[in-house]
Amino acid sequence: MDSALALLAGLFVAAGIYLLLSRALIRMLMGVLVLGNGTNLLIFTAGRLARDGVPIVPPGLEQAVGPIANPLPQALILTAIVIGFALFSFLLVLVYRAYQVLDCDDTDAMRLAEPVDAPKPPLSY
Amino acid sequence: MENLVRTAATQAADWIVVLPLVLALLGAALALIMRNNGRVTFFLALLVVGAMLACEIGLIARIWENGPVSMTMGNWLPPFGISFAADLFGALFALTAAFAGLVVIIYAETERTAAEGRDGFHALVLLLLAGVTGSFLTGDLFNLYVWFEVVLIASFGLIVSRSSALQLDGAVKYGFLNFLATALFLLALGLVYGLLGTLNMADIIGKAWGAHPAAMTAVGALLLLAFGMKAAAFPVNAWLPASYHAPPAAVSALFAGLLTKVGVYAILRSLVVLLPGSRDVLEPAIAVAAIGSLILGPLGAIAETNLRRAMGFLLIGGIGAALVGIALATPSGIGGTGAYIFHSMLTMTGLYLVAGLIERATGETDTRRMGGLYAQSPALSIMFLVLIFALAGVPPLLGFWPKLLLIEASLQFGDGLGIALMLALVFNAVLTLIAGTRLWAHVFWRDREEGLRPEKAGSRRLRYGAPAILVGVIIFLGIWPNLLIAAAKIGASDVIDPARYIAAVGLAGGAP
Repeated sequence: MDSALALLAGLFVAAGIYLLLSRALIRMLMGVLVLGNGTNLLIFTAGRLARDGVPIVPPGLEQAVGPIANPLPQALILTAIVIGFALFSFLLVLVYRAYQVLDCDDTDAMRLAEPVDAPKPPLSY
Repeated sequence: MENLVRTAATQAADWIVVLPLVLALLGAALALIMRNNGRVTFFLALLVVGAMLACEIGLIARIWENGPVSMTMGNWLPPFGISFAADLFGALFALTAAFAGLVVIIYAETERTAAEGRDGFHALVLLLLAGVTGSFLTGDLFNLYVWFEVVLIASFGLIVSRSSALQLDGAVKYGFLNFLATALFLLALGLVYGLLGTLNMADIIGKAWGAHPAAMTAVGALLLLAFGMKAAAFPVNAWLPASYHAPPAAVSALFAGLLTKVGVYAILRSLVVLLPGSRDVLEPAIAVAAIGSLILGPLGAIAETNLRRAMGFLLIGGIGAALVGIALATPSGIGGTGAYIFHSMLTMTGLYLVAGLIERATGETDTRRMGGLYAQSPALSIMFLVLIFALAGVPPLLGFWPKLLLIEASLQFGDGLGIALMLALVFNAVLTLIAGTRLWAHVFWRDREEGLRPEKAGSRRLRYGAPAILVGVIIFLGIWPNLLIAAAKIGASDVIDPARYIAAVGLAGGAP
């Protein structure tokens, strides 16, 4: 189970990177989303997967009996999901606004900040 | 059990580690609430940043005397609770960031019109300062991620503040690349927790040695890539000149002064302090990134005609210099990196503010259409030239001392690597000087055909005052660098041998 999820996390990251390499902003947004989920899945897997037993240390013992899932990574993911969602929403609105104002969603055509064939700098003083 | 006693009660004095953050976050919330009340938020921001400065000076005084200071939230034992731990570098950079923030807030007040009063600028600046300060002072890797995101959210708000087409274009590139960098950081963080079972920095130092070296090297490489993107180091630097010139000058000054330095500091902390084994393996990669940034940064600036885009390329060159010390990881190299980060925060903020003043005085952003500004404003011309000289490292100015430490470190390192880094540093200084003086000649010295726009005299004194403060500090610390060099030595010794840092967090001997 662990290795299957690890593979899945790798697949998510690969798919995310592939989508991010696209020139279309909307695909890049999808890529960001998939990459973020792959990351979360990886942290989730890193905390062990066990269905039996609750992660509570019994009184008088130093550590829990039997295999338990570590609850900390799950708490970490919750934080990461919330932050990731907020940033993704911002990027979504930003891309939409950019599409409205610049009238394109192709990163090759978005050259306002970096003009393509700007005249050369002056050669003399 | 010793740990238990040590952390059982956080002393009231230890709160000084988190006080700057608490102040900044509270100030941001208040500024957001009061954003409709005109200039009130400006005075609130001044007050908050002033109080942060006072706290950080107190913190530095304590660290100088007794070594690193830490506190752990909720009195959970150190490896479990979220720790804040400040060594001298962290506290010094937090202080510098707050100082640069103060100058930018003063400058921005002279640029802002009444209509912009309600855009939440001061709230976002305070939030950004909170994030930056948190990144410098935190002692927990996941907490560092959270502060990175706080910085990112605040900077998103600032970079699109006027929603012009140029800003949206720049923000898209800035947004995607920085989002990707934090995602990679989170990925590395998950692997660290999976491998070591801890995220507390002091605890990681002790446990990283026992982990599988190949796995730790992979983690180190991911962290280097993620923070390298944040720092805009070669070869992942292309987003910076594409976005930093888009927002108003005050915002880009704040970004240029603080954000990339947080990235470099994160590389320093994660690779040199936390994973020194991985750093040794990655040394050639860091050296290539350093040399690439050092050479290609100022070359880009020479080829650029947009004033603030050229500044962006010079900024990248400076990141290369800061990476030199990390590639060497000797005490004087780390000291040089620390001093360089300090110098770069002040100098880059000043340069961007002066660039903003130039753009305002000429009404242009392109140096090809500028000229003859010397006649109109000699003061501006002098400030620009001093800042360029400081950036290149001309002796009586602040920029000279970090470069001296770095060149000394690379010569001591010997070897082909040390010589290559030394040559790159010298070459960078020459190229920076060429690029900077060329800009100066174009903007100030050569004649301009048509007449200049008459500038509104109004608050000119105040506007010039903000960068003038920075220029003053740069000259003063350049002539009297003893304190900075002493701080660099103490900071570097704590980075190279983090025993005092671990002890301060309360894990002395406690690490299994």
